Amino acid sequence: MIMPITIRAIKKSEPGRMKAASIRIGAIILALVASSLFILLLSLNPADVYIKMIQGAFGTAYRIKETIVKAIPLVITSLGIAIAFKMQFWNIGGEGQIAIGSFAASYFALYMNDMPMPLMLTVMILAGMLAGGLWALIPAFFKAQWGTNETIVTLMMNYIALKWVMFLQYGPWRDPKSLGFPKIANFPQNAVLPKLLGVHVGWVIALILVVVVYIFINHTKKGYEIAVIGESINTARYAGINIKKTILIAIMLSGGLCGLVGMIQASAVNYTLSVEITGGVGYTAIITAWLAALSAPLILIVSILFAALLEGGSYIQTVFGIPQAAAEILQGIILFFVLGSEFFVRYKFVIVKKHSAIAEKGAD
Amino acid sequence: MKRTISILLVLVLVFAAMLTGCAPKAEPAPAAPETPAPAEEPKAEPLKVGFVYIGSAKDGGYTQAHDEGRLYLEQQLGDKVITMYKEDVPESSECEKVINDLVDQGCTVIFTNSFGHMDYTEKAAQAHPDIKLYHCSGYKSGPNFSNYFGAMEEARYLAGIVAGLRTQNNTLGYVAAFEIPEVVRGINAFTLGAQSVNPKVKVKVNWTHTWYDPAKEKEAAKALLDAGCDVLAQHQDTTATQQAAEERGVWAIGYDLDTRDSAPKAYLTAPVWNWGKFYAAEVQRILDGKWKQENYYGNMKDGLVDLAPLTDNVAPGTQEAVDKVKAKIIDGSFYVFQGPIKDQTGAVRVPEGKSMTFDEIMSVDWFVQGVEGKIK
Repeated sequence: MIMPITIRAIKKSEPGRMKAASIRIGAIILALVASSLFILLLSLNPADVYIKMIQGAFGTAYRIKETIVKAIPLVITSLGIAIAFKMQFWNIGGEGQIAIGSFAASYFALYMNDMPMPLMLTVMILAGMLAGGLWALIPAFFKAQWGTNETIVTLMMNYIALKWVMFLQYGPWRDPKSLGFPKIANFPQNAVLPKLLGVHVGWVIALILVVVVYIFINHTKKGYEIAVIGESINTARYAGINIKKTILIAIMLSGGLCGLVGMIQASAVNYTLSVEITGGVGYTAIITAWLAALSAPLILIVSILFAALLEGGSYIQTVFGIPQAAAEILQGIILFFVLGSEFFVRYKFVIVKKHSAIAEKGAD
Repeated sequence: MKRTISILLVLVLVFAAMLTGCAPKAEPAPAAPETPAPAEEPKAEPLKVGFVYIGSAKDGGYTQAHDEGRLYLEQQLGDKVITMYKEDVPESSECEKVINDLVDQGCTVIFTNSFGHMDYTEKAAQAHPDIKLYHCSGYKSGPNFSNYFGAMEEARYLAGIVAGLRTQNNTLGYVAAFEIPEVVRGINAFTLGAQSVNPKVKVKVNWTHTWYDPAKEKEAAKALLDAGCDVLAQHQDTTATQQAAEERGVWAIGYDLDTRDSAPKAYLTAPVWNWGKFYAAEVQRILDGKWKQENYYGNMKDGLVDLAPLTDNVAPGTQEAVDKVKAKIIDGSFYVFQGPIKDQTGAVRVPEGKSMTFDEIMSVDWFVQGVEGKIK
């Protein structure tokens, strides 16, 4: 008689630290092996490529600065997304909140820019955060009021926000001096974030926010309430937490941080508003926030490593003359294994025989 | 737990073996130059030349034409130069960052190849006064910043002749990227060329608002085919327009490169760029120490622009018609934008006996009569 066997993934109760660490190290080794095969296909030496990737991200002072510039929006957006995720509110709308935040900040930079620099930048920051927060509040309100699916609503609102920016760029806000090319005029100098130690001050803002968000989540009542709602909405209800209010506050913060990213990117990096302003950060930050297990200090580290992966990938492209697509495949392979390992950290496989109870086939 | 560790160990071993396996392959490379190195020491360091591309180096069109120019430069100047390129660089601050990256990697001469790279190239030029920057298709320049482009309108005019003779219903289509003078100029030249052999011809324009997006380009081409066009032309970076025409069994005129194989039954010809000669000559001037800031607008006489060889898909008599005008363009007796030229409203914009000046064609923002489309 053939015994029907199926393999099932079971959630682990308590992943051991050692075990989790060994799975993660194993994943990184596997990622290196798999990408080495791919690099060999390109007839390059894998060791060479890895060394160059690290050099590309950290090799010179200039490259370290560029890696930091890439990491800044990732850190802040990840923090924003982490607040929402902590509450099990799946905010996929980072892209849209960034776009709307940069739109609001750009309005002041372009049309009400008759202010001294500190005031100008403060107004832009507040406008960006408020707009991003309000944009995120729409799906949060629907969720709190009628229990709509926030994943879908936040995702769809990304398209609305990006198309709105595109409309402005191609229409009413197009720079008349651009000879018909769809580009919005650059910000005046007083609307550009200054540099500190060679990198725009967004890095200071990001560091402060890491500390603030860490304290908020771990050491304040609101932060605790957010976590409780995330763990169990019924527990929160029994504990007498005002669920609607907490959801709205948390998402306002989440969207506000994303909106701030929009302001920073428009002011310090792009010097104007454009449809390319988000650069996919709203989606990438979901990966980094998740990999960092929604912990603010880890978000800082993971975002820098992720930025290094992007910068290194870009560097090897010019150094070895390999196509952009090949560099992206390498990044993809590494990411695939690292993300995949999280699954094995959280779940284990068991073989289920049809007639018997679950038979564990443990390795330890 | 033990088993996990042993699996990891095996993996490490496999990985280590792979690296050592590659090592012999890699070693000869550094070893070889080591021996002759002392002898070559007086030789100058190779000049590092960077290229910033809007699209993929294998886009089958605009960027590939530039990349072929880069390869020609390498082939001509050999070990005196090292070239680097970065693909898919958007027309945003990312362009400035990529230029900075190339400077960081030692490039002292950098070419950027798309209109929207202009402001960022200018910014980078101001930040790096010791680097020589070149921007293709724009109008700005500076002490260490030159623009370079060419009279594609000459080749577009000839392409218009080919299309005007080929069409059976006098309806041509034009898939166009952005409403900027470069594109408008091309559409006008194409229309004038077609009208010179077929006065009844109309040119329908469809804007895509992208230089490089095969899917969007194809959609725009299909819309023109649905509107009855039987010859399509394009100001786009890929062959998507030609493929759309091929699928409907009508004709197409490419752009940038001779792409006869990508749409064998539809393809007639293409206005093409030959960037290699310019790149090689310009870099040679730098190597010779004879560089000076200069803007370049090449033409058919220089060989920078040309019409690709016609295929058998063209109407009889096309070759003769094209050759006649081409000879006149090259000897200077014919100029594309000479009067009388009427605009879409029928008003005479360029009177008989007058020609458009260089500045006028560089900032043109109106269509000639016979174009069906709107600017902005």
